[in-house]
Amino acid sequence: MIKGNFIDNLPKVYGIYTGGFIGFIILMAIGEQMGMSAKAIGICFVGFTIFIYALIGWLSRTAQASNYYVAGRTVPTVFNGMATAADWMSGASFVAMAGGIYFKGYGYMALLVGWTGGYVLVATLLAPYLRKFGCYTVPDFVGTRYGGNTARLMAVIVLTVASFTYVTAQINATGTIAAVALDIPFQYAVYVGLVSILLCSMLGGMRGVTWTQVAQYIVLIIAYLLPVFWISNNIGAGFFPHFMLADEVARIGELEQQFGFVKNSAADLATVPKGLAGITKAHSEVNATPWAFISLALAMMMGTASLPHVMMRFFTTPSVKAARKSVGWSVFFIFLLYSSAPMLATLSKLALIDPNLPTGIIGKSIAEVQAIDWYQNWNQANLMFVSDFNGNGTVELNEFFMGGKAVVLATPEIAGLPYVISGLVAAGGLAAAMSTADGLILAIANAISHDVYYKMVDPKAETAKRLVVARVLLVIIGFAGATIAAMEIQGILGSVIWAFDFAMSGLFWPLVLGVWWKRANKEGAIAGMVLGLVSGFAYLVWVRSGGSGFLGITQLTFGIFGSTVSLVAMVVVSLMTSEPSAATQKMVDDSRVPAGTQVISQK
Amino acid sequence: MAKNAQHWEKTRGLLFVTLAIWAIFSMGIFLFGAEMNEVTGPFGYPLTYWFTCQGSLAIFVILIFWFAGRQEKIDEEFGFSEKGDD
Repeated sequence: MIKGNFIDNLPKVYGIYTGGFIGFIILMAIGEQMGMSAKAIGICFVGFTIFIYALIGWLSRTAQASNYYVAGRTVPTVFNGMATAADWMSGASFVAMAGGIYFKGYGYMALLVGWTGGYVLVATLLAPYLRKFGCYTVPDFVGTRYGGNTARLMAVIVLTVASFTYVTAQINATGTIAAVALDIPFQYAVYVGLVSILLCSMLGGMRGVTWTQVAQYIVLIIAYLLPVFWISNNIGAGFFPHFMLADEVARIGELEQQFGFVKNSAADLATVPKGLAGITKAHSEVNATPWAFISLALAMMMGTASLPHVMMRFFTTPSVKAARKSVGWSVFFIFLLYSSAPMLATLSKLALIDPNLPTGIIGKSIAEVQAIDWYQNWNQANLMFVSDFNGNGTVELNEFFMGGKAVVLATPEIAGLPYVISGLVAAGGLAAAMSTADGLILAIANAISHDVYYKMVDPKAETAKRLVVARVLLVIIGFAGATIAAMEIQGILGSVIWAFDFAMSGLFWPLVLGVWWKRANKEGAIAGMVLGLVSGFAYLVWVRSGGSGFLGITQLTFGIFGSTVSLVAMVVVSLMTSEPSAATQKMVDDSRVPAGTQVISQK
Repeated sequence: MAKNAQHWEKTRGLLFVTLAIWAIFSMGIFLFGAEMNEVTGPFGYPLTYWFTCQGSLAIFVILIFWFAGRQEKIDEEFGFSEKGDD
């Protein structure tokens, strides 16, 4: 069936794969009709998809450094776009984003704008130039551009702090989904998730991760879009929700007016299970100040451009030109999911609060709601709760509470979709969390194996030895992440946003000025990274421990402070010290011209 | 070297234009979020709401492809583009 070069056959290979996956969904749907249990369907979905990823990981095994670090620089633009989208969209995007929009409305939407707008910075300021440079890792660029091990090591440290903050959240999400789908305790499920993640990346490095991420993107986008379209049709909201939900959005506004937002007393709220929230904010009204919105969007955009696991995806394209276009495809594939999340939030909210819909629970009696099957299921899973605070016997808007994850996980069931969809959603969430975790663990392990071990400790190491070190590090970092994830220190979303702030505090200006300002030198870059990271971290600690902050910079946007300090430090120190050598300046000139050989020659 | 300098000048020009459009749709319009939301936007959604759900996001996608095309033209003009395609 498949002849010739693998790369030339990619559309065919993934076409067959997509068809096969859809066939599998249909098979499960038939199984459900024939009496297959919900649990068996869940296990099949999770087991089957993990098996496929592991198979791809094994088929992509390699013994060459360029394959291991940058997938041999052969990944075509569209496929790199899909891989980047999977790399990018984490368990948080998949499971928690619609919930965030549902509960927080406009103030939260800054994340959607930020997490897509950041790619404009990636495409214009960085990706093509770093691709031309020919580095294997982001610290490789910093180390070569500025020279010296100190700058390289600092970049590795910033990368590790940011990526590690992020990866524990992803392993946590993998574990959560595996725990539910396989019905095993979370502490074990985390390690099941970890092993699956390592299966994708250990043998093939970046090559394995690339081809599994493409497969994971296909699973996650089907798993996200299918329910949105189905629910929309099921409740009669329109066959193409993105263009047709204006009436529903307006209707939610009407209902909010009618019910009003009643503030609950602290004593009442104390009886609500932890992690659940009520609807307290208007769905489509502007409920944040311009600066609150813009600062959050800006922090996320600059963070996007500084996160190494994203940047390194653009090292895998065949050319500089392809790197630029590939950024466009990445945002396109991300856009498909992000533009659907608000639609899902709208459908979910309307289905639950509109008394005219059969699924609506507001205005029904408490006893009636408590008797609904899906209410009982999700109440048991600690994701849904009603309580009769005012004692009138019916559920009011302020007496209904839900976990953010329930918007994605429970809405299919509430809207009366078959269980096979819930199994699909679990597989999608798992794909999203695994693909991001893969990219992050690989980014950290590669930085340490390439930049610390190969470039600093043992520059004469042979390829075979380098790759052994890289793989050992991958396992160690994975286990460290899983161990911390098993402790369940923090919610999924909080730590994700911090990762962006850490990355932008330390890396944004050293990367951007490295390309765009020839005068930037080693001393400046080191000062920028150290002071940026330290000041950002100090600000976070200060605000977390009760500090008032300034200029409206919160613990979610502390990167704005960190990166400003970084910029000032970098410019001042660069200007106070001597300008970079002629060789370095020539390197910068070379990186600005797409044609010709790459700046660093790699072994 | 003069050729390189000219190429870089044009590249920088394109960067500024792209970043200006980016700044408008990622930050600028949200200065007037509350006022803009009174207006009905595409498909009947409130305008600011539409921008956060679809508008700004779609503009970024188009903007990046447009930028990539323009930059390629600049590179070709100076004979700096890479041989072969992607």
